[in-house]
Amino acid sequence: MMSLALSRRNGPLARALQRFMMNGAALAGSAILISMLILVATYPAFVQHRPNDIDLLALNKGASATHWFGTDGVGRDVLARILQGGRVSLMVASISVAISTVIGFLVGALAAMGGRTADAVVMRFVDLAMTLPPVIFLLVLASIIGAGIPQTVLVIALLSWPVLARMVRARLLELRERDFVVASRGMGAGIGHLLWRHGLPNTTDILLVHITLQVANAILLEAGLSFLGLGVPPPEASWGNMLNAARSTVVLEQYAWQWLLPGAALVLTVLAINFIGDGLRDAFDPRSTLN
Amino acid sequence: MAQYCLRRLLIGLGMLAALSVLVFVLLRLTPGDPIDAYINPAVAISPGEMAKLRSELGLDQPLPVQYLAWLRAAARGDFGFSLQHNGERVLPLVAGRIGPTLLLMGSGLAIAIVVGIATGVIGAVRRNSATDVGLSVAAFLGISSPPFLTALVGLYVFSVLLRWAPSGGMLTPGATFSMLDLVKHLVLPALLLSIGHAALIMRYMRASLLEVLNQDYVRTARAKGVPEFWVIAKHALRNALLPVVTLIGSTIGIAVGGAIFIESVFNWPGMGLLLVNAVETRDYPVIMSATLIIGACVILVNLITDITYAAIDPRIQVA
Repeated sequence: MMSLALSRRNGPLARALQRFMMNGAALAGSAILISMLILVATYPAFVQHRPNDIDLLALNKGASATHWFGTDGVGRDVLARILQGGRVSLMVASISVAISTVIGFLVGALAAMGGRTADAVVMRFVDLAMTLPPVIFLLVLASIIGAGIPQTVLVIALLSWPVLARMVRARLLELRERDFVVASRGMGAGIGHLLWRHGLPNTTDILLVHITLQVANAILLEAGLSFLGLGVPPPEASWGNMLNAARSTVVLEQYAWQWLLPGAALVLTVLAINFIGDGLRDAFDPRSTLN
Repeated sequence: MAQYCLRRLLIGLGMLAALSVLVFVLLRLTPGDPIDAYINPAVAISPGEMAKLRSELGLDQPLPVQYLAWLRAAARGDFGFSLQHNGERVLPLVAGRIGPTLLLMGSGLAIAIVVGIATGVIGAVRRNSATDVGLSVAAFLGISSPPFLTALVGLYVFSVLLRWAPSGGMLTPGATFSMLDLVKHLVLPALLLSIGHAALIMRYMRASLLEVLNQDYVRTARAKGVPEFWVIAKHALRNALLPVVTLIGSTIGIAVGGAIFIESVFNWPGMGLLLVNAVETRDYPVIMSATLIIGACVILVNLITDITYAAIDPRIQVA
């Protein structure tokens, strides 16, 4: 009764947050992600090796007191590379998602507000982009643009917006007919004002859920590209290009820690983000109740 | 129904046309001049001869004209020559890879559908039980692991540590063909390919069945005294399956992506491995024709799913 009264008084965002805080999996996901972010951000303070330092006396050595997670084929510390790789992978994912969110929102807005012809053309294009296998276009684009961190960000961003555009369009089409928007237009509000003051606040839930789940997806895409040697180029570490080492049979069979550990870091992070994204989606869903 | 199919067919054709334009544009964006493929670098060539060659090949025409010429050739099955495989024609190179990929994807998808639907139903029926929570966590894990990582772990555990399965390829080299040999090579990659898809289908199936189980007609069926098994199997499942059918169709593209990585880890001689190798060596004619063919197949599968969906669901005819 108490919490019901409380939730009445608060806005929808506060209610969503309340629901999110009651979701065990989402909280566990947040805890894992926050710990991972802290580790990745502060690792130079407690890992004595730099990610690209070469220790010629310890090639392909397993875990030891000096190298906690062992070393790779040229004697680099695996722990330092996993944490530096985490920086790179998370950065690539975040920037590409930021770009794709802007594209997705603007394309969705164009379809919803730009009249019937623009809507039809844009939505057919979105249909096409959604039907085609994303990984294939990722490979094709990457083979044209080449490997490199900015290129990887661009390629992932260019392929991740269609689903968001479709959801934003649906929401804005509905919003366009609401009284407060009609009133605002009647008083001469321009398209910029409508999108900024009415469109953006009323699509917050869609955007937040998209951003969270898409970060997880972008980490997987980066890993896939780098695994094939098309993403983040060595010697820079990323979770994907550390996994690339496992394409060699010797590493796969005899030095399993070199690829199993970055793989575990990757899966743990993506799992945590997916839990958070799922929790956010449930929290924003008006059909779900506080209990 | 006929009108719906016709409309869907037209949309499919439109998508195919758009796909071909996209591939053509991407082909022209690739680094290098297309004329390079026709010049012997060891022989000196004057600018005049170069211009003559260019006009003979039609490369001085406007892009739309070039596109139509390219499309005509592609429709005849002429995709040009591979840069990597000693100038071999692309078509036979690609065509030989379709069979193995269909075999791998077909078996993977079949496993995913059976496992996904079964576990989804169990999860929904035993909602919030230990089994349900366990299955949901497993599904999350399946969605969160990239296909190449599951493939690597599977290869490591089952081929390297346990030695249960061969470590790659489709057939034992040098051995005479036998069904058993093929199945032995197929089981592990097909199972690993199915994991991600099964997880997706399971989550969808569970949510969809839970929603249907709340419907009035399900309560009516229970009130009439229909045994619980039949309530689920007959009344609820049939309706809950409809959205899952669409999901299966619309996620074919994702399965294709997974197959690419599985093929490259397991050295499975399919389209995916061909594409990955072509990308690594920047063999653009092969990349583009493989993209065109895979894209066309995905559009076709989507078309078939939509029409099947219309055939199962009588409500579509009204709409």
